[in-house]
Amino acid sequence: MDALTIGNKKLKSRFFVGTGKFSNDAMVADVLKASGADVVTVALRRMNFKNPEQNILNYISDEHTLMPNTSGARNAEEAVRIARLARAAGCGNWIKIEVISDSKYLLPDNDETLKAVDMLAREGFVALAYMSPDLMAARRMRDAGAEAIMPLGAPIGTNKGLRTKELIQILINEIDLPIVVDAGIGKPSEAAEAMEMGAAAVLVNTALATAGNPVMMAKAFSKAVEAGRLAYLSGTGAVSEYAAPSSPLTGFLR
Amino acid sequence: MIIFLNGEKCIVVENTTVLDLLIQKNIDVDTIVVEHNAKILQRENFSQITLCENDVLEVLRFVGGG
Repeated sequence: MDALTIGNKKLKSRFFVGTGKFSNDAMVADVLKASGADVVTVALRRMNFKNPEQNILNYISDEHTLMPNTSGARNAEEAVRIARLARAAGCGNWIKIEVISDSKYLLPDNDETLKAVDMLAREGFVALAYMSPDLMAARRMRDAGAEAIMPLGAPIGTNKGLRTKELIQILINEIDLPIVVDAGIGKPSEAAEAMEMGAAAVLVNTALATAGNPVMMAKAFSKAVEAGRLAYLSGTGAVSEYAAPSSPLTGFLR
Repeated sequence: MIIFLNGEKCIVVENTTVLDLLIQKNIDVDTIVVEHNAKILQRENFSQITLCENDVLEVLRFVGGG
């Protein structure tokens, strides 16, 4: 596949993988291997002193680009605090800025996200903005220094697919930053569709973690992302209202 | 004396450093990040900071997330 560059880093895959909700941490290693993913998301949480050995990083090899998220942040200030702590943990300067104060739909707060992007980009973070797909807000994120825009396809964890398709297409057409479709993608066909539309990458978590066989599903998504990207680069043919024969209309056997 | 460790009251003896506390709790210091009274601590300073009454300590690590 053609390379995607974000924050001066050339990535080897356009399939980003989230590591939440798997039945056990050890499965993450197998899922990542099957996915061929480069970028991997993690979250920062309080240490559980009853189980201090528990550590997701044991299952993520050094070859991956770690992208901590700011999940749990309800406003820009909390997101900035989490981002700074994540960087201090020594796993690079990438951050998925996620600011959510709505617990029913888990929809991102674009205004607070923008404030966090502005502050963190100034501090040298590679800031990827998880947001509702709004063109004006995305332009402001870009102007504030976001390195990529991550619009949701559907609410987090729903596996509903590309419900915001038309709005994502506008971002792809109008924003000169990588558009990474994040949240809601439930099936490989939906990942392929996002890539055919011209998305730079997709981020998938729940669809893998809730699959009957997460490792096999990771492989399926990997192929779908690649197929969608190749289709986009190929240029899909025009759609027509009426039939057009694929075989010659001459030399019929009568 | 009492400090607040990850939001809960925790009794520590006088002159306990951050590093002492982490060792008592069997924490591998290479994989965590610590915030002491809202200030991020560098790992090399864990042994320099002595805990005081009512200090607020947050010890965090990465978990699976999307």
